[in-house]
Amino acid sequence: MQKKLDFPFTKDKLKELHAGDSVLITGTIYTARDEAHIRMLEEYDKGKALPLPIENALIYYVGPSPAKPGQVIGAAGPTSSYRMDPFAPRLLEMGMAGMIGKGPRSRGVVEAIKRFGGIYFAAIGGAGALISKSIKKAELIAYEDLQTEAIRKLEVVDFPAIVAVDPEGNDLYEE
Amino acid sequence: MRKINVQDITNAVAELCEKTNLTLSHDVTERIRECAENDSSERARGILSQIEENIRIAGEEGIPMCQDTGLACIFIEIGQECILEGGFVGDAINEGVRKGYTEGYLRKSVVPDPVRRGNTGDNTPARIIYEMVPGDHVKITMAPKGFGSENMSRINMLTPAAGADGIKDFVVDAVRQAGGRPCPPVVVGVGIGSTFDGCALLAKKALLVPFDEKNEDPFYAAMEDELLQRINKLGIGPQGFGGDTTALAVKIKTAPTHIAGMPVAVNINCHVSRHASVIL
Repeated sequence: MQKKLDFPFTKDKLKELHAGDSVLITGTIYTARDEAHIRMLEEYDKGKALPLPIENALIYYVGPSPAKPGQVIGAAGPTSSYRMDPFAPRLLEMGMAGMIGKGPRSRGVVEAIKRFGGIYFAAIGGAGALISKSIKKAELIAYEDLQTEAIRKLEVVDFPAIVAVDPEGNDLYEE
Repeated sequence: MRKINVQDITNAVAELCEKTNLTLSHDVTERIRECAENDSSERARGILSQIEENIRIAGEEGIPMCQDTGLACIFIEIGQECILEGGFVGDAINEGVRKGYTEGYLRKSVVPDPVRRGNTGDNTPARIIYEMVPGDHVKITMAPKGFGSENMSRINMLTPAAGADGIKDFVVDAVRQAGGRPCPPVVVGVGIGSTFDGCALLAKKALLVPFDEKNEDPFYAAMEDELLQRINKLGIGPQGFGGDTTALAVKIKTAPTHIAGMPVAVNINCHVSRHASVIL
């Protein structure tokens, strides 16, 4: 059965989801991957605000291919999440709702998800064309120089994902 | 001597960049279709069907199958009876990559320095593997390589005492340790023999072998079958969520090696197993 998750992604709504659920996500999400994580946390440590509103935010680990004229975005499937494991617990502590990526997470991330009531969704790796169809708007909001790794604000409708780690810390990769 | 202008190489490479990123060869799509029908896990069948749907959308709408349009690995065979004119062949290949990735709206994923990072902005330089061959043709094979799977690749300088079992255990273990990270179902390229570097190249070349082409050495054909069975019994499944389809194929390439050595390399590719060739 497919469940729906609509913006805003409050912790109460996340509690309704369980590892293994297929979910269609609708609303505003933000992209960030390796370099964006490194930079935003470095800047934060120097006293600058994060470039995205972290409270209840869903961060999508993606580096899209460029949009052709008339397209919103190019291929936009998930990148491997484990590379962001060093940063995820801090962002969860700051109020981030969760992450969308692919592949298993470290024990530290799973524990942080449980502790802060967050969530981790897996999207299908290598399904960049399919997933791009659910992205209706894309706006570059920070770090333009990082090109594909820049931070983008996306409006998604029925973005297909699977709950990989739920707020109770159940991990689909471990089952 | 046959003369070939390097401009033809640039054009061929540019076309291959788009072709490989938008379409898969029939042997790959056919294997995915079989697995989507036969996997015993419902979730696995669902994921594999979505992967099929993704391939269809990519082909019909001209969107890359995967946003990681890869580091351009170019294998070029140059017949020794050819004369290449009009510039340096390496520059011509990189110009083709620049053109293909820019005009094709493909992602630029190359950093100029491995530690200090940055982005070259046009996906150059390509990784070019030159090979001199008899004859008067030039054959170009392009295989864009995504790094989700590349990062899961491994090499082991085994010694002869490890035997065939040592090789098999190492290959299966590499796939087990990769788990759900390299976008399974994966394709497993295995190199055995040669030197440290040669072995890795054999593994990469093994990823270019069509799935329906049987290894002509029965010993290694049997090893490929056994490895595929063992890997698919790991239960990792599509995207790491369980199922019988952890690998679509295992391909082995071998070469003579030293009396003291038995190197083995495992190059993992994702299900978007992209490669195509052109002969000039």
